[in-house]
Amino acid sequence: MLNYDIVIIGGGPAGLAAAVSAKRSGVESILVLERDKELGGILNQCIHNGFGLHTFKEELTGPEYAGRFIEQLLEEKIEYRLNTMVMDIAPNKVVTAMNREEGMFEIQAKAIILAMGCRERSRGALNIPGYRPAGIYSAGTAQRLVNMEGYMPGREVVILGSGDIGLIMARRMTLEGAKVKVVAELMPYSGGLKRNIVQCLDDYGIPLKLSHTVVDIEGKERVEAITIAEVGPDRRPIPGTEERYTCDTLLLSCGLIPENELSRSLNVEMSPVTSGPLVNECLETNVEGVFACGNVLHVHDLVDFVSEEASAAGKHAAEYVKNGGKHAETSAKDIPIVATEGARYTVPKTINPDRMDEKHTVRFRVGDVYKNCYVSVYLNDTRIIHRKRPVVAPGEMEEVVLKKEELAAFSGLSQITVKIEEA
Amino acid sequence: MYDVVIIGAGVSGSASARELSRYKLNVCVVEKEEDVCCGTSKANSAIVHAGFDAEAGSLMAKLNVEGNQMMEGLSKELDFHYKNNGSLVVCLHEEEKPNLQELYDRGVKNGVKDLRIIDREELVKLEPNISDEAVAALYAPTGGIVCPFGMNIAFAENAATNGVEFKFDTEVTGLEKKDGNWVVKTNQGDIETKYVVNAAGVYADKFHNMVSDKKLHITPRRGDYCLLDRSTEGFVTHTIFQLPSKFGKGVLVTPTVHGNTLIGPTAIDIENKEGTNTTQQGIDELINKAGTTVKGLPIRQVITSFAGLRAHEDGHEFYIGELEEAKGFIDCAGIESPGLTSAPAIGKMVAEIVKGLTNAEENPNFVGTRKGILDPKTLSNEERAELIKKDPAYGNIICRCEMITEGEIIDAIKRPLGAKSLDGVKRRTRAGMGRCQSGFCSPRTIEILARERGVDPAEITKAGGNSKIIVGINKDRI
Amino acid sequence: METRELICIGCPMGCPLKVEMENGEVVSVSGNTCKRGDVYARKEVTNPTRIVTSSVIVEGGSLAAVSVKTKEDIPKGKIFDIMKELKGVKVPAPVHIGDVILSNVAGTGVDIIATKNVL
Repeated sequence: MLNYDIVIIGGGPAGLAAAVSAKRSGVESILVLERDKELGGILNQCIHNGFGLHTFKEELTGPEYAGRFIEQLLEEKIEYRLNTMVMDIAPNKVVTAMNREEGMFEIQAKAIILAMGCRERSRGALNIPGYRPAGIYSAGTAQRLVNMEGYMPGREVVILGSGDIGLIMARRMTLEGAKVKVVAELMPYSGGLKRNIVQCLDDYGIPLKLSHTVVDIEGKERVEAITIAEVGPDRRPIPGTEERYTCDTLLLSCGLIPENELSRSLNVEMSPVTSGPLVNECLETNVEGVFACGNVLHVHDLVDFVSEEASAAGKHAAEYVKNGGKHAETSAKDIPIVATEGARYTVPKTINPDRMDEKHTVRFRVGDVYKNCYVSVYLNDTRIIHRKRPVVAPGEMEEVVLKKEELAAFSGLSQITVKIEEA
Repeated sequence: MYDVVIIGAGVSGSASARELSRYKLNVCVVEKEEDVCCGTSKANSAIVHAGFDAEAGSLMAKLNVEGNQMMEGLSKELDFHYKNNGSLVVCLHEEEKPNLQELYDRGVKNGVKDLRIIDREELVKLEPNISDEAVAALYAPTGGIVCPFGMNIAFAENAATNGVEFKFDTEVTGLEKKDGNWVVKTNQGDIETKYVVNAAGVYADKFHNMVSDKKLHITPRRGDYCLLDRSTEGFVTHTIFQLPSKFGKGVLVTPTVHGNTLIGPTAIDIENKEGTNTTQQGIDELINKAGTTVKGLPIRQVITSFAGLRAHEDGHEFYIGELEEAKGFIDCAGIESPGLTSAPAIGKMVAEIVKGLTNAEENPNFVGTRKGILDPKTLSNEERAELIKKDPAYGNIICRCEMITEGEIIDAIKRPLGAKSLDGVKRRTRAGMGRCQSGFCSPRTIEILARERGVDPAEITKAGGNSKIIVGINKDRI
Repeated sequence: METRELICIGCPMGCPLKVEMENGEVVSVSGNTCKRGDVYARKEVTNPTRIVTSSVIVEGGSLAAVSVKTKEDIPKGKIFDIMKELKGVKVPAPVHIGDVILSNVAGTGVDIIATKNVL
């Protein structure tokens, strides 16, 4: 049995930032377990630029952004294992892992940071009818084939879903010589950044059809045609609106799902909204000493915020370890944060006014597009934040900052509410 | 010159091949697809029926009960996944209890053992998620579930080990009688044989009708299914049917041997024998109906939907036997549900027919057992560590959802009738069958297939033919 | 007078921008809600530029390909010329972040550099 103070599951952007931060917070014994053959996670295949504006004040590509953190990890001499799969995490914080060289081995951790990331929603989960030929890929699978292996997965492409990966892949496929015929989006708005719609679709004359979905896939061996149709407000296809595109490829960019199979085996309490763990302001789950950060916690738009969140998780895990594997005493109780009226969830789910930092950023997503609205925060029934926003959309994560002094000064605080209020 | 050519490497053809390999016969299986188990055998309910459905006295009833009784022993001999989980036919309306009794009586007549009608109280104990409407059920403890790929592949592998030849990508285009023997015309050339076994599933009528004036007519009856993630394991433990009634036939809800939950099938008669496309109406119907017998079906956990075609002959009966009007041509046609359950008995019956015709001697070298692909999950941590020390490929997880190692995938490729495609690997190992539906593992599996087969990754297909995954290299067309 | 229509990329609002131009000079920008829209529109109509990213094959390395980018913005109209020049480019390992893969690509005066270490 190996022993480490902190074991971090996943060497992507979240795991890297958490490790570096934990080390800098004074914990020496850290191990990062990564299932792939290199550190950096999904950033390795995100070769487009636009990363790092918040963190490094410059625009980097995914591999460059990962490279900066990998460098920090190496400088800090943090241990890591590649090609290593975590098979199980027991509630007593024994991690069972496996790789080619060491076989099955166990690690006793004092604290664990979950940083496993997320996966893409598959065709099956979307219940798209039709045949099941070759030529249907999640956008991320196509991204890996094109960007990391140099293979073209198709020539004529229809994309379902206008999330950022789908938009980015529309441009990548076009640049590498494919013809992207259309991007269909089920919702009446795109889930991607405006910048990506302009620079990945408009630049290349690729049409974006909002409120559309795929209703048929033709082709027994390889995709031969895709039919899309408009959907009504119930998101069901409207008969008579079908348009058929001959093509050999369907890419799916229909959302990401946090990969929490290991968390579930640990009995970590999950949010049905995010499919990620419910955490307090230390990013700690209901299982003491088990922390979560990055896309395993909730799906982010910007890696910069993943790094920021993961740094906080690393710091809190380090404090927990340095305090002898328990929390610092606190006089206050955890206050629940309730997301309602347009706000779908918050991270964290609870906050302790005594334990929190001077300021704490609460992140959340809205359920619909709201224009000229207010983002409001209430302490019990008292509104303390009422920030005007020209537009909020489900595709862009929102935030509010809570101040310790304000929370501490509010007597009888029992609930914090985050909501969207119409103007 | 072969003694026997079997058309079709589905479960009937493969079971027949395996049983025929007990004899000193030169047997060849021709299959139009690139692998075994590519038609009806791969897309069905994966149920081992108890045998109360088929009409008393029918061949279907007989082979169903026989197949059911053979299944457990066979699953051990040939090492495929089978579980005797029991089945329940749920009655939702008090006034339909007589229909339940009728089913019970038929089952008893068919020789189904241990059948019982149970009341709601007992039913709820067996299945806590049963519908609040359920009033009673027919309980068949002999019902079971099986891995259809596992069984089909096991039969074929064992047949191959015992000397049966398999020709893939070989489509039969004609049948001619020449000098008392048969010439099987295929897209790969003519094959001569003394006997032909027609185990061609939905195409069995086509071949039958080539040699006989007593026509068969097989309708592809499409069944849509939804498969739920393994996280739903335990939602139901028995196979749950709805008692057919004036309210409709209903669909079944069942666990699979691998811990998924399966719902289906619909029953839609179509023309196209390759029409395995799902439709929105089909899936909608399925989801609506599946909620009738159980409550709180976790439908958000669907990881894939698919459709299979039952080979429904107008007479709804198995047609197994040598044709009077075409000597040496043995039908194995009309094999629809309970065809999978009956497969062991079908294979035995076909072999007995051929033996009767040929007086073939027993094959003294026949090996009746076969070892499946080693599943490291069945080992203790210590055994697993030992295995990885011996072969590090077992320490490398390729499919993260189903936790399938490189070692298992290599085994699937290297063994007799090994996997050539992604789907071939999937059916043998489950790599790609989990919740991400091969998003993560397909590029890695392609790499392993290409390396082990010594071909370019661009040659690797999803399921043979033109089902290419990679169509070129970057910038090759700019 | 020439009119160009754009969608602002500054934020999720996506303001529809209208740019009035005369003799290649911007006369006015309308439709924007904030200053960012004005700045974006002026740049986009007079000198639209982009970073181009792609990957090229690495020989003898631990990975099959290395990701690359134009070191600086290039004129939007040059994107496909750059892709053509990248066709067939292979580099021997090792490659380090910042290594020049192609200099002065497509006559832009901008280099293509590696964005990943492949050893």
